[in-house]
Amino acid sequence: MLRKLTLIAAALTLVAGPALAAGTAKHPYDIAFSFEGPFGKFDQGQLQRGYKVYREVCAACHSMKLLSFRNLGDKGGPFYDAKYKNPNDNPYVKALAAELEVPDIDTETGDAVTRPALPADRFPSPYKNDYAARAGNGGALPPDLSVIAKGREGGPEYLASYLLGYEAPPKGLTVPTGQYYNTYFPGDVSAGWAGDKHTPPPGGFVAMGPQLEDDKVTFDDGTKSTARQQAEDVAAFMMWAAEPKMEERKEAGFAVIIYLVLFAGLLYASYRRVWRNESH
Amino acid sequence: MSGHSTYEPKPGFSRWLDQRLPITRLVWDSFVDYPTPRNLNYWYTFGGILSLCLGIQIVSGIVLSMHYTASAGEAFASVEHIMRDVNYGWLLRYTHANGASMFFIAVYLHMFRGLYYGSYKPPREVLWILGCVIYLLMMATAFMGYVLPWGQMSFHGAVVITNIIGAIPVVGGPILTWLQGGFAVDNATLNRFFSLHYLLPFMIAGVVVLHVWALHVVGQNNPTGIDPKSKADTLPFTPYATVKDGFAMSVFLILFAVFVFYMPNALGHADNYIEANPLVTPAHIVPEWYFLPFYAILRAVPDKVMGVVAMFGAIGVLFALPWLDTSKVRSMRYRPMAKLYFVILVVACIILGFCGAKLPDDQVIPGLETFKILESDLNSFVWLSRLATLYYFAYFLVVMPLLGLLETPLETPETIASPALSHPAAMPAGAMAAPEKKG
Repeated sequence: MLRKLTLIAAALTLVAGPALAAGTAKHPYDIAFSFEGPFGKFDQGQLQRGYKVYREVCAACHSMKLLSFRNLGDKGGPFYDAKYKNPNDNPYVKALAAELEVPDIDTETGDAVTRPALPADRFPSPYKNDYAARAGNGGALPPDLSVIAKGREGGPEYLASYLLGYEAPPKGLTVPTGQYYNTYFPGDVSAGWAGDKHTPPPGGFVAMGPQLEDDKVTFDDGTKSTARQQAEDVAAFMMWAAEPKMEERKEAGFAVIIYLVLFAGLLYASYRRVWRNESH
Repeated sequence: MSGHSTYEPKPGFSRWLDQRLPITRLVWDSFVDYPTPRNLNYWYTFGGILSLCLGIQIVSGIVLSMHYTASAGEAFASVEHIMRDVNYGWLLRYTHANGASMFFIAVYLHMFRGLYYGSYKPPREVLWILGCVIYLLMMATAFMGYVLPWGQMSFHGAVVITNIIGAIPVVGGPILTWLQGGFAVDNATLNRFFSLHYLLPFMIAGVVVLHVWALHVVGQNNPTGIDPKSKADTLPFTPYATVKDGFAMSVFLILFAVFVFYMPNALGHADNYIEANPLVTPAHIVPEWYFLPFYAILRAVPDKVMGVVAMFGAIGVLFALPWLDTSKVRSMRYRPMAKLYFVILVVACIILGFCGAKLPDDQVIPGLETFKILESDLNSFVWLSRLATLYYFAYFLVVMPLLGLLETPLETPETIASPALSHPAAMPAGAMAAPEKKG
């Protein structure tokens, strides 16, 4: 009886899974990311391209406060080089950091100054504070992108879909001034919709306009720079930024599960042996 | 069962210590020689699994607290610092976060096991009530722990749940202010929640000691629900129960590891990776999965105060269960009617959990509009949760008392050993017994 119940419970739990997803936005399109699955790893070339898209496009408005330049040279990171166990020594990371200025205090005078960044520095933010960020973006605050890939339902696939999801609004949909219509954004368009109330078009209005276009970023590895390529690369980079220890986690998990399966097998054998002469 | 102790200390230190502090004797009597019914099945392994869960949560939690900053301005970043810069910090945090879910999976199975086999009936009332106390403490601990990362769902969950207290007439307002440490959920709330989140697990550990003590006084129940009558009915805890519990624990740990290493965020909510912002309310505030049935009961009642009463009543009714069940037969194995109502109860609880994750006015069957009762369409999750809530309370308050008086139970076996010995393993070679259900 309890066994049957377990099956019913398991089946219902599976059904209940998608129940948390809300909104009428389009479902993100499927991307075969290299880091999917139990053995998936980040594609270093893709992370490097993704970093370039972030640096040249997104970073104009979006901060990534939780990341430091040294993270780029961490194991599994975009610019990891086995020669430099300490990412602070990685010359490529040093060079990337030095391209940007970060605020500091002159210890001689106490004055606020700026200096070229070091690998130990955090990514500098594009705005001094949230008020300045809002003022520069028509009142909307560009979210910090450090953990955005985990902070959005659908993860990196949603991010890429969203970046490519700008469409001309269908007939009957009025887009508010200063906003854009995005079919993947889980918003509410009913206020601007003149058609049938029960079938509003998918998506929502967002304050950020379309950012990616073909050849907007030049990839150093010769990859053809389509908007779709840029979107998927930057989404992969965001996933790495949100979950930099994913490769380490999956590798450890493989060993742990093999260990546990062997351990369970051993205990089962012991159990059979201990109980061999006892009914139960 | 507290009977005559069979512990014989070796001469020398063991005997010296035994005469001064018989702690080795206690361990021997409780975990080695302790007689356990020989027919315990795998549903009886969750007690051991739960102690393992508590141990894992306490150890991982203590290490996490070494790196965590309980401050509204820094909590979110300190959790991310654990994930990024602390050695194996990701492992600690994912173990602790998923460990809470694993803890609740195990506790729910443990509770349903107790319900099914009548483990709350005399003489185990105090044992059952102590279990209910542990469950309440677990809920409080889990709720406060979920607030600590200071994400959007942490913050707004805390706002919704603490405001429940504010619904209490007259004293609710002052209690709410006292609980939040101010007039809103803020830094003071986070700090006291952190302090209590550290304290409560040790209170749980204390009540667990009482729970195990009570268990060892009255002895374990078993799938037949009849008391052991002779030595033939029981086996010593070690090695028989220890090896079985050990096997079950290792299988449970495999499930645990799959979540921690391969789907660490599957049971969480994406919004909790957005730092708390009091000015932006998430589109859809949902608690963690293990609270969803109670959340559904809370929202099922149209009146706010009565909703709170119903939600707490859903747990309160468990405390009264030993006196609500009138049946003389413990195990539902011999109560076909009760078995049926029990299955419906389990389904009702799962439906409640399902409803708790949905918006109340969403349609159960898409596209079907019926008619409105109490301002909600009949084809809505709020009505589904009302039906399930009704059944939940009816099960405890109507079905359980009446069934004991009305039903005709099946015949129970004379001793634990008699059905157990008809098991194929106990038959002489060649004799085939009916394929009995194991356990």
